[in-house]
Amino acid sequence: MSEHDHHHGHQAVPSDPTLRVKALESLLVEKGLVDPAALDALIDTYEHKVGPRNGARVVARAWVDPAYKRRLLADATSAIAELGYGGAQGEHVLALENTPQVHNLVVCTLCSCYPWSVLGLPPAWYKSAPYRSRAVIDPRGVLREFGLEIAEDVEVRVWDSTAELRYLVLPERPAGTEKMTEDQLASLVTRDAMVGVAKVKPA
Amino acid sequence: MNGVHDMGGMHGLGPIQYEKDEPVFHSPWEARAFALNMATRAARKWNIDAGRHEIELIPAADYLRMSYYEKWTARLEKLLVKSESVTQDEIVSGQPAPGSPKATPAVTADQVPRLLRTGALASRNIQVEQRFQIGQRVRARNINPTGHTRLPRYARGKLGSIHLHHGVYVFPDTNAQFLGENPQHVYSVRFAARELWGHQASPRDAVYIDMWDDYLEPA
Repeated sequence: MSEHDHHHGHQAVPSDPTLRVKALESLLVEKGLVDPAALDALIDTYEHKVGPRNGARVVARAWVDPAYKRRLLADATSAIAELGYGGAQGEHVLALENTPQVHNLVVCTLCSCYPWSVLGLPPAWYKSAPYRSRAVIDPRGVLREFGLEIAEDVEVRVWDSTAELRYLVLPERPAGTEKMTEDQLASLVTRDAMVGVAKVKPA
Repeated sequence: MNGVHDMGGMHGLGPIQYEKDEPVFHSPWEARAFALNMATRAARKWNIDAGRHEIELIPAADYLRMSYYEKWTARLEKLLVKSESVTQDEIVSGQPAPGSPKATPAVTADQVPRLLRTGALASRNIQVEQRFQIGQRVRARNINPTGHTRLPRYARGKLGSIHLHHGVYVFPDTNAQFLGENPQHVYSVRFAARELWGHQASPRDAVYIDMWDDYLEPA
């Protein structure tokens, strides 16, 4: 490496992300700063254990249990903990109830804040510049792109996650699901409905 | 800072690209980049606000060009060097400097479940003056700090009302620069869409933004 490159070292780091991350991991393991097995465990958690199925269980419980729904709307962090979920990026959660009069939509315009404990890691579109820029100025247009037309007489509330509060939309329970069990209801609930870009459809 | 990351209300950033059945990670390096960020943050040599600010410091053109986990990787390299965990030479060479001490990992595999379950509370159980009450009319201050802030540009100078009181939380603007936690009350502030965007917006709609006491003034 030339002396010039040395002084602008960051430019000499491989631009191929695979090589760059591999080199960084190797360095940090060599220096004793990370345990590769801990990395495996972190990845396994968010690939297989923590995801939108958690949130779907919360929503289904709220639909079948009015007392639980009241607790969820009053103190979502505690109500979610009743089902065993919490921790990283779910330390403080608020639940937003969709009704025939109000539709809630969640965004983080400044970065990518998202309720990991109940929804897992955010999808690419949620973290993308197009969604972050437009959700606050044109929520109805954004929802239309997701196939959701919100009637003029419905209030759209956009929640910009600028602090350490994380938002979970409690979607409306679809008609025709009165006889379904809690597990069956949970299987209807999608990640998108809990961000507010979709409604829950009957099976 | 008035960076490109503060993009609420911007036009021209393209269509939303939705991927059906999207995987959690699109390739193994993304997963490793994510986990490296999580595992090193556990050493508490920086905080979440400093970590966010480091991404904001990525030059604007690069910020828009880079993928999400490319940004996380670049941010981590900067934080590791700034915190003197590694040197820039080590990042470049991929090798520890000869004779450099060997650390103990901040988190081992068996500690991961507890790390994630505990999370990191940003609320603080202390008494500080609450300057605003629910229902009160407020104006978001017109401030343009060059450092980290969570007051988006699109809200500055706008009139709103206090919708909810969340409690006392670490103040990112100072915490990101390691100038202290400066805990203060945080509120959900309701801004009518027309106050923010004029008559093109629906008269019914609103944007709710979480704001610290220092972002607000009485109106």
